[in-house]
Formats: sequence, structure tokens, C-alpha cells
Amino acid sequence: MTEPLHEPQLALHVEDLTVSYEGKPVLWDIDIDIPPGVMAAIVGPNGAGKSTFIKSVMGLVKPTAGHVRIFGRPYAAQRRRVGYVPQRSTVDWDFPTTALDVVEMGLYGRLGWFRRPGKRERQAALHALEQVGMQDFLDRQISQLSGGQQQRVFLARALVQQADIYFLDEPMAGVDATTERAIVDILHRLRAQGKTVIVVHHDLQTVRSYFDWMVILNVRAIAQGPVATVYTPENLRKAYGGQIALIERSTFADDAAPAGGGRD
Amino acid sequence: MLALLGDYTIQTVAMGAALLGISSGVLGCFAVLRKQSLLGDTLSHAALPGICIGFLIAGSRDIGTILAGALVTGAASALVVLLLTRMSRLKTDAALGIALSVSFAIGVVLLTHIQGGGNASQGGLDSFLFGQAAAILRGDLWIMGGVTLSALALVGLLWKEFKLVSFDPGFATSLGLPVVALEVAMTTMVALAVVVGLQMVGVVLMTAMIVAPAVAARQWTHSLGGMVTLAALFGTMAGVSGAVISATVRGLSTGPLIVLAISAIVLISLVLAPGRGLAWASLRRRRDRRRLAGRQVLSTLYGLAAEHGDQGYRAELGALDTFHGTPTRQTLQQLERRGLVAPVTHAPETTPHWELTKAGFAEARRIDDAPEGDDR
Repeated sequence: MTEPLHEPQLALHVEDLTVSYEGKPVLWDIDIDIPPGVMAAIVGPNGAGKSTFIKSVMGLVKPTAGHVRIFGRPYAAQRRRVGYVPQRSTVDWDFPTTALDVVEMGLYGRLGWFRRPGKRERQAALHALEQVGMQDFLDRQISQLSGGQQQRVFLARALVQQADIYFLDEPMAGVDATTERAIVDILHRLRAQGKTVIVVHHDLQTVRSYFDWMVILNVRAIAQGPVATVYTPENLRKAYGGQIALIERSTFADDAAPAGGGRD
Repeated sequence: MLALLGDYTIQTVAMGAALLGISSGVLGCFAVLRKQSLLGDTLSHAALPGICIGFLIAGSRDIGTILAGALVTGAASALVVLLLTRMSRLKTDAALGIALSVSFAIGVVLLTHIQGGGNASQGGLDSFLFGQAAAILRGDLWIMGGVTLSALALVGLLWKEFKLVSFDPGFATSLGLPVVALEVAMTTMVALAVVVGLQMVGVVLMTAMIVAPAVAARQWTHSLGGMVTLAALFGTMAGVSGAVISATVRGLSTGPLIVLAISAIVLISLVLAPGRGLAWASLRRRRDRRRLAGRQVLSTLYGLAAEHGDQGYRAELGALDTFHGTPTRQTLQQLERRGLVAPVTHAPETTPHWELTKAGFAEARRIDDAPEGDDR
């Protein structure tokens, strides 16, 4: 690695990132820095480019301009340190395979060409399934899993990657409260181990209870930093515009109350 | 029958059909799982101009040149589809349709041109349209076998890569796999499968050999390995039976017979396969409906008993029918067989009455306590 490190003290460093789709900018001149060891939420209205942001960091979408560094290096040089959980709806769950098999896929990058997963990979996958509470479903055909169980399998596939930084695209979308709780617990455990967790999140109500860092996105980066300083009505209004009226009443109401912040 | 199998021509045809079944079955699985079933259709129609060009170059019906031509134009059409979808706003289905019809038109023009040219060796070139098993020579089998074997070897080597790219190309990219190259490899392999089947089934019906074995196999198994194995087996069965029938009965074309055979396997699989088959599903639905009706009646009886503060409350059949808006006698008889209710009379009324047995009362209470949706 001859290239000098660029901002190695940051888990994720994004500078001047612009992504366009058919001539229209989806992300425009984004600068985002996320320090290691935080659990960060990426929030923003529909069409704000949240998923595109993650995809361009992961190299799934080619940016028009700008660069991305993970612990000081380009993504291609840091793949082993990155775990990824795509949106559940991007794959066909009728694919003929089992939960354990899907989790083992997390190790394919490490295995290298031509080698098949063996006993060691199976053990690692089993362990990851245990962590997400899915050990009883290892041989289950994936189409027979509920939405929440499928999400857990996806999470286990990322856990097995043993990464330092995790990107999750809407992991809490369409799962029940129990699963959401379980996912959040796992993510908190990762943070406690010093890992960085970056989550595209759609639910403003839970940002403050789940996360300690947040990035508000709406084509541009509206605000970023610790949740306590960034989660303000002005910032949210800037991102969400008129829609905020609905959100505001419910999320800021408990601030006004004397015992505010005690929710959850 | 035994004499039949000893026949040299029939042996050749059967082996060719088996090779076709294996290659198209295995490679078709990946095409179907990647939702590219129709790619096979475009590839096979686009093979026709290649067949003609191959013939023009070789100047004779040299199978090697002809198949090479088919492979080249097939692959070119796949490339055109890729470019059309990437560069324009055309969706894949439209791009496939355009590539199919344009290349097939070119193929037919070339074919008629060659046929009109008076070249004596062109005889039978149009057999590539619908296939002609009898025209297959022992030497052709080597080419078909070589193609099949190399495709199988590639699938074996790149098994986990193909699986991941078919299931979740985004995640595969994030792991650093060369997803585009792998997809091109899979598409090329489908083109190879098409080439293997051209002589046997012909360009028009070849797509059935790509799609049908995979669809049938998917019904019976939950693993990719099982699906690929079964697809190869189904493809072989259909190929051999179709080829043998056509070789023994005069005037029956091979390609359509093979396609009919694999269609029969698909039909059986769609209806009968355990778990996914239609018959299975309707059976399960009926069982569920019966069970639900039973639970409803049971819980009505339980509610009536609770209202009257009498565990052995005797409910009149007419009242139960009215309450459920549908005759309940059959359901009650089924419950009786399970020992949950019993027919009784309630003097002075002469109409039939039913009461919960002890077991029925316990069962009703269990249903009542169980959370919604739990039907164990």
C-alpha cells in the first residue's frame, strides 16, 4: 500500500461526493465524517439519497465526483474491515437455499476463488446465527422465514464478516417490535466492542434512543454530529420541510415536558 | 425395445439428447434464478444468423464452424441487450424482444438466401429451425460432449461465486467479486447450452430446454445443488424420451417431442410437488379451512357455555347454523370424531343439539387463551 493514508483517524470520511442518476443529482457535494466507535443513523426524507449514499460508499454505485475513505484507505483496500447488510427487499427470498448457507456467504470474500466453505465456515456461521437468535432455523429454507427472521439472517451474514465498520441499509424496515429490539441490541453490542455501525434509518422517533451519532441527509448533507446536538427542530425542518409538522408534535413534545427524554 | 437400444442411430440420438438435457438443465437453473429465462429465447433465435454465416464461411455443413457461428451471434445478441438496457431507457424485456426479432429476421433472410443459391450441400440447414435428431453424427457428439463438460467444470469451479451472484449481486460486489465478469460467464454458458441443443431441438423451441427443467426442479427441492442435479436429470429424461420416440416413429419431429416431454414433467411438478405443488397447496387450504371452521364452532359452543354458566350447555344445531351463517353439521361431526363434542337431545325439543365434551371444553379454552395466529 504505497498510497499515503488520508484521514485515518476517521472510520468513514466522505469528501465532495456527488452521485447523479440520469443527469439529476441524487447526492450533491457531500462531506461526511464519522469517527470510529459510534452508532450513526443516516436519516432523511424519501428520495434523499440515503441508500445511494451507502451504495456509493460500498462501490455499488459509481460516484460522479468525490472520494470515500474507510480508516484512511479506499474501500477496495478495506473490504475485509467492512460488513454490509443490504435492504432485505433487494434479493429474491424464494432462492433455493437455507439460512445457514446465506450466512456462510459472508465468508465467500475471505475464502477466495474456487474454495468451498468447510467446517470452519460452518462453525462461524452457526455462531453468528446464535448471536441473532436464529440457531433453530439454520436448515430452514429462506422463503419460509418471516420478514424479521430474514432480516436477522442478513445481519448474521454481516456479523460473520468480523468487520470493524458495518453498513446497514434500513435493517428495521418492516420488522416487528421484538425483532427491532433484538437488532438494536446486537448493534449496541457491536458498538460496545468498539466497532463503528452506520445505519440508514427511517424512523425519526427512535433515533435518540438507539443512536449516538446522526447524519441528516437530503441530497445535501444537512447536519451531522452527536445526536444530542444535531437532533433539533431547525435541522429536521431543513431536511423534511413541511412534513416535519407531523413529526414535530410527537418527537419534541416530550422535550417540553419536565421529565423529558425518559421515553423508551 | 432392446433391439431399439442397440440401433446405432438411436444410440447416437439418445446420447446427444442426454448431453443436451444435462447442459441446458444445469445452466438453465442459473438463468431462471437470475430472472433471465427469456435470455435463452433471444440467444437461441440469434443463433440462426450465426448458423448461416458459419455455413457460408465453411461452404459446407461443417458442424464445428456452424456452432461456432451460432455461439458468436448468440453472444453478440446478449451484448446488444446489455448495451440497450445500459445506454437507453429500454427495459430488459423490450431489449430482449428487439434483439430476438431483429436477429431472427436476419437469420431467416440469410437462410432463404442460401437455400435459393442452389448450393447442393445446404440440404438440411433449415433443420436447425426445429431440430432434427436423426441428422446428428457420432462426431457431433464429441463437440456436444466437450461443450457440456467444460460448462459443468466451470459451474463446479465457480459454484459459490455463481450462487452468490445469482442470489445477491449487490453483496457480491461489496465482497469484491467481479460481478459483471461472472454474469457474462453465466450468460455465455447459456449461449453454450443453446449451441449444444441447436441440432436436437432447433432455435425456435430451445428456450424451453433452458427454462423448463429448472422450473420443474425448483418445485422439488430447497437447495441449489438439488435443483441443479434434478434439472439435469429432468432434462436428460425429456431429451432421451423425446429423441427415442421421434427416431422410432416416422414423421415426428424431435425438437417438439422433447419439448412436449419436458412440458409434461413441468406440469407434473407444478401440480404434485410436495410443499410447492398446486395440489399440495389446495389440500393444505382445505385442511386449514376445516380446522378453522372447527375452531370457530368450538369457540361458539364455549362462549355459549360461558354465557349460561353451564359447562354442559346444549346448543341447538339451528342456532349454531344461524350464528355462523352456514351449515355446521359437517364440522360438528368432524369435531365429534375428534371427541370434542357430542350430539345430545334437549327435551322437550326434538331438534338435534350439541354439547362440548370435557376434552372439547379444554381445547376451546386453550384456543381462547392462545395468542392470535398460533394454531399449534
